[in-house]
Amino acid sequence: MSKKVYMYKRFERFWHWAQAALIFFLAFTGFEVHGSYRVLGFERAVVLHNYAGFTLITLIAFAIFWHFTTGEWRHYIPTTDKLREMMLYYFKGIFQGERKPVGKSQKVKLNPLQRLTYVGYKVAIVPLMVSTGVIYYYVAHGDIHLRSVKYIAIFHALGAFLLIAFTIIHVYMTTTGHSLTSHIKAMITGWDEVEDEDITE
Amino acid sequence: MSRKACFFASVLIFLTGAFTMLSAASVDHSKFAELNRNFSKPEELTSACLKCHNNAGTDIMKTNHWLWTRKTDKMPGKEGQMLEVGKKNIINNFCIAVASNEPRCTSCHIGYGWKDGNFDFTNQNKIDCIVCHDTTGTYEKFPTGAGYPADKDTVFPENQKLYKKPDYKFIAHNVGRPNRQTCGSCHFYGGGGNAVKHGALDKSLLDPAKEIDIHMSKDGGGMTCVDCHVADRHDIKGQLFSVSVENKDRLSCERCHTRNPHTQTLFVENQPDRTYDIFKNRLYMREKPEENFTSRVLDKHTERIACQSCHIKFYSTKHKTKVWWDWSKAGQKTPVGKPKVVKDQDGDPIYDGKKGEFRLAKNAVPEYYWFNGTVDHILVGDKIDPDKRPVQINRIAGECGGSDSKIWPFKVIRGKQMFDPENKTLVVPKLFGPKGSGAYWSDWDWTKSAEIGMKAAGVPYSGKFDWIETEMHWPLTHLVVSKENALSCNDCHSRNGRLAGLPACWIPGRDRSLVFDIFGILLIAGSFAGVTVHGALRYQAAKKRKED
Repeated sequence: MSKKVYMYKRFERFWHWAQAALIFFLAFTGFEVHGSYRVLGFERAVVLHNYAGFTLITLIAFAIFWHFTTGEWRHYIPTTDKLREMMLYYFKGIFQGERKPVGKSQKVKLNPLQRLTYVGYKVAIVPLMVSTGVIYYYVAHGDIHLRSVKYIAIFHALGAFLLIAFTIIHVYMTTTGHSLTSHIKAMITGWDEVEDEDITE
Repeated sequence: MSRKACFFASVLIFLTGAFTMLSAASVDHSKFAELNRNFSKPEELTSACLKCHNNAGTDIMKTNHWLWTRKTDKMPGKEGQMLEVGKKNIINNFCIAVASNEPRCTSCHIGYGWKDGNFDFTNQNKIDCIVCHDTTGTYEKFPTGAGYPADKDTVFPENQKLYKKPDYKFIAHNVGRPNRQTCGSCHFYGGGGNAVKHGALDKSLLDPAKEIDIHMSKDGGGMTCVDCHVADRHDIKGQLFSVSVENKDRLSCERCHTRNPHTQTLFVENQPDRTYDIFKNRLYMREKPEENFTSRVLDKHTERIACQSCHIKFYSTKHKTKVWWDWSKAGQKTPVGKPKVVKDQDGDPIYDGKKGEFRLAKNAVPEYYWFNGTVDHILVGDKIDPDKRPVQINRIAGECGGSDSKIWPFKVIRGKQMFDPENKTLVVPKLFGPKGSGAYWSDWDWTKSAEIGMKAAGVPYSGKFDWIETEMHWPLTHLVVSKENALSCNDCHSRNGRLAGLPACWIPGRDRSLVFDIFGILLIAGSFAGVTVHGALRYQAAKKRKED
């Protein structure tokens, strides 16, 4: 049997979707700056990219505050416990209709694989994008003087590629819940379906 | 006094002040006895000028307008060696060189009688004062007169134009500061005709629209040449790098516009030269631009990019300029023995039997190079490397990140000209001269023309010649337009924009790391393929489980 629980709080959902929208917009304007296509025009793409970037940084700052004050950050503590099983599950068990080796609950929202991925996002990709982005911004118009912005640009773009790959897999993974859309519904409404056993655990 | 009266009084005082400053003539030359006589020869007028302006002669003789050279010890490859470099002894790929062609070339010299290598550069009476200081617009040098005007009314056969003997007295009574016409009478017509040479200096500057030149337009700054090209004792500031070597005595936009032109207004205070007065009276009204991200970005661009690169969108905006000159094609004649001439649909020559084949450009997109203000030139007699083609007649120095290096716009003139394959030198041909002088334009014999030209230039000649392709770089700095008509970001920040191919540190939107881009694309494609396969397998498995 499964049961509905209030999994994602209001700020968490707002943070998630706002971040998603900003990242999509940043990718769209960013790859125009990268030179991949010409839609808005270089100048407008740069200016809008800046606004979106600083909005995202603000959001991240609030999110960090929220994670620490609510203790939610503990969900992201990486663990190797059952990590193997979780990986094996996606390669094998999922095709055989098995249950996930690690359940989901309000206390343990993330499985070991998710923890690893999201911690990677939080401590590697976000700092990479924020630092290269901010440096790039001040090189363009402010007091940071570099001979060349080359490596800043390359690593900022590398982070963008990683983020897109992350997003593709992330979106696909939402289909591995109870139903194809249950994870997405949960992130919208906050209410998720979890197994009975998991709750009592 | 009432408030209203006060206001009108201050307006009156202001206007009187402004008027006094603008009408600068404190001297009426027509009142001088020295100038109230008839002059039969221009030298007589010069000598009258020098009686009062008694230092002007020595001052003039130090200038490059007089010498057609500048002293330099900074010539790339010959550093430390004191050289004299200028029009007088460099080679170009228009009419090649001055030596042996003096009377034609020197019709734009500020002197009288430089007709061969024996001109006396110390004779002050040979200075042509009025070619610069005439304000009547009636003074003209004769095109083949070695700097002299016509001594009697003469029709120049080439353009059927009548050159009148100047009224020296009238001109002398009306001398003044140089104006667009006087400067333009030579500088607009370099290379043998309007707009031929520079690409950004032509007669459109006599009265340009705002979209042609913001500074000189009546609707813009209304400035004249000498508002920027200020002079110190006849030494006029600014130099052109088709003939100059060193990064000095340059004019710069920053002098007035500051180093942060997109966020600051003009300098008007503490300018120790004449531009101060001009701007104080007329141009200091420029509004302070809005300061935002974009304007600060543009200010930052000025560290690496010359103002001209964005603010000269096209060169030769109104009149066509030559961008290709192939001397090897010269020689064709009409059945009656006249030089063959072919014109394009606008009536501009694209072939001339005397000169060869031309290509003309209008509204042309400049080429962009790094430039630090130092230029290497091929001087008459210099060895070239015929294996490196096209031969670079002048080499623009500069690189990304180099000190003083900025991206500059250039007109590049390409063509084919003679060289001596044995001595490995570019040939100075004698082009102009009467029949029998060996001049190509009269005798049509390149061998003879080369022999005589090289002899006059004092360079050994093997007797053999061949044609070689050459390139010459002309930095563009006139025909500046305002931001509305300037380049936009897209013009350079694109894969195939104006700066495609320029070795630059990194231009966002143009540059990418192919390795990282391929990695990124593979990563995205791989992720997509991965989830698709995974999803398909899940679907299959689920279907199978249902059936079971």
